[in-house]
Amino acid sequence: MSATSWLLDVRHLRKSFPIRRGWNRKVVGAVAAVDDVSFTIREGETLGLVGESGCGKTTTARCILRAMSPTSGEILFRAADGRVVDLAPLSRAELRPLRPQIQMVFQDPFGSLNPRMTIFDNVGEPLLVNGLRDRRARLDRVADLLELTGLRPEHMHRFPHAFSGGQRQRIGIARALATEPRLVVADEPVSALDVSVQAQVLNLLLELQTRLHLTLLFVAHDLSVVKHISDRVAVMYVGQLVELATAEEIFRHPRHPYTAALMRAVPVPDPHAPSGDVALSGEVANPANPPPGCYFHPRCPFALDVCRTETPLIREIQAGHLVRCHRADELVLTGVGG
Amino acid sequence: MTTPVLEVKDLRVHFFLDEGLVRAVDGVSFEVQPGQVVGIVGESGCGKSVTMKAILQIVEPPGRIVGGQILFHKNSGAPVDLTQLSPKSAELRAIRGAEIALIPQEPMAAFSPVHSVGAQVIEALKLHERQWRPSGPPLSRTEARSMTVDLFRSVGISMPEERVDAYSWQLSGGLRQRAMIAMALSCRPRLLIADEPTTAIDVTTQAQILNLLRDLQRRHGTAIVFITHDLGVIAQMARYVVVMYLGRVVEQGAVEQIFHEPKHPYTRALLKSIPSVTVAPRTLLPTIAGSIPHPLGRPRGCPFHPRCPDAIPGLCAERVPALRPVGPTQLASCFLYNRDEAVEP
Repeated sequence: MSATSWLLDVRHLRKSFPIRRGWNRKVVGAVAAVDDVSFTIREGETLGLVGESGCGKTTTARCILRAMSPTSGEILFRAADGRVVDLAPLSRAELRPLRPQIQMVFQDPFGSLNPRMTIFDNVGEPLLVNGLRDRRARLDRVADLLELTGLRPEHMHRFPHAFSGGQRQRIGIARALATEPRLVVADEPVSALDVSVQAQVLNLLLELQTRLHLTLLFVAHDLSVVKHISDRVAVMYVGQLVELATAEEIFRHPRHPYTAALMRAVPVPDPHAPSGDVALSGEVANPANPPPGCYFHPRCPFALDVCRTETPLIREIQAGHLVRCHRADELVLTGVGG
Repeated sequence: MTTPVLEVKDLRVHFFLDEGLVRAVDGVSFEVQPGQVVGIVGESGCGKSVTMKAILQIVEPPGRIVGGQILFHKNSGAPVDLTQLSPKSAELRAIRGAEIALIPQEPMAAFSPVHSVGAQVIEALKLHERQWRPSGPPLSRTEARSMTVDLFRSVGISMPEERVDAYSWQLSGGLRQRAMIAMALSCRPRLLIADEPTTAIDVTTQAQILNLLRDLQRRHGTAIVFITHDLGVIAQMARYVVVMYLGRVVEQGAVEQIFHEPKHPYTRALLKSIPSVTVAPRTLLPTIAGSIPHPLGRPRGCPFHPRCPDAIPGLCAERVPALRPVGPTQLASCFLYNRDEAVEP
């Protein structure tokens, strides 16, 4: 890969939330929801961000969208005019011209569309906000967008309640694409959908990406969904990035014990498949009070003394394969075939 | 063949809404053998949860059981038809919680936040004392407490002596679900209904809970009706599978048959459309055309025909296929296998 090919370069991103107690809401501590996360997304690729609840994947996505301000770190974005901008310190006004270039697809297809606005108004609003005042032109553009996402343009004057979950998610995608964004952040876009509809939406995202050369940050908890859509996969655990590699590589040869355990915990739809005998013990650590050393050591079957005391650093173990584990070199972990 | 624990025969549960009639469950039949895990799987609106509620007689109005039988076979004596019992009758309340227990989807909502989890298990033990212990002296508080501690230990809760006094909101999702399982098992039920017990839980914790349920099932031989939308979970848990679509059973059979030789076009398409961790990255998935119809706009004939690739013109849109054998332990309701047998509307 050439050094200029990235679209987004996240460096040492941190976001902590204060813990308040008592009648005067005194700050008694902090939860490091995102703890020193760095990764890049190349133009035209899909990066899958996976982890269990509370791992900081959504907070990371929201910081990139600047729906919240990061505590520290840089979010370098290559804008359409070729400039590299750090999104992290920008004010609302400064972000405004960049907003059309970074768009979001939401998880809940029911909550994310305004029920009092027609599909035309829902999808057309980003266009209106960004200066497309001519209604005729908006109608044409919305019709194109609906067609692009597999919906019938003649339905654009209906209200969201007339559509099923899968169709609403298509509408959400059409709205995200309205401003021709360079980066689309999709936070669990299929987790609220039924299996038979989920496949349609995943296929749509794959097709749109190839057609429009989209760059996608795909946040999900479901590893099988992530594998279907991603070029590269990043795994988070208690606010930290623990592993990052190409989808092929990370599933075939995971190097972090957590990644391997996460993969084998997914129930395989085959009654002959071995069933979760290797389940991890214990539960996800509390990000407000993480264990010393490696955050994963209390649950890790391979933990040594060093894991209990020293925090491992993320390092490149192979070209393009990052892992945060003291024992990554010696461990032989099994992935899932493919 | 041994006597089943539960026989559901042609169950119909309809919801009488202002907008019209919703046939949420429309002619569902299956059996649960002693010690068997039966999985009920389907997408939203297929009627799997309403079936569960009908078994426990907790269908809320405007829903009503309008037909069919739910025969529950106790250890001894004649089977009871649960549909004939009033939801508030002493007889049904003696069965509910004691002989048929439920593991709900959301343990946070199921536990009372103002009583400790231990107190709630003790309450269940005392309430159903005569069902699980027909004779003997009345259960004392200390005895009930030590039983609860033992139950907590058996479901893998660490430090059970302290955890019995914890409130549900102090426990993590996994521990809460374990406490719920302890409560469900406290009265040694003959039948356990698990309604999406791991849907609200993370995947590594889900693996632990599924292992625990499998292990407890093996040890106690409890029959389980396992309801989920996750085909992966079903494949790992159930011996016998019932696939539902829009209130009807489309196919049922032994788990190997359902997953390796699915007969109904819906089952086949559904299995193909699941994303899998074992395929190559970035591949298109086979899909099922269209979406699940609105419950009020249920299609005529076979409910799946508008989305079915194999629909027979003039037949599938007109008549409803009956559930008929298509293999030694497999039934399907599809005209591809039985052209002549339809259900009378």
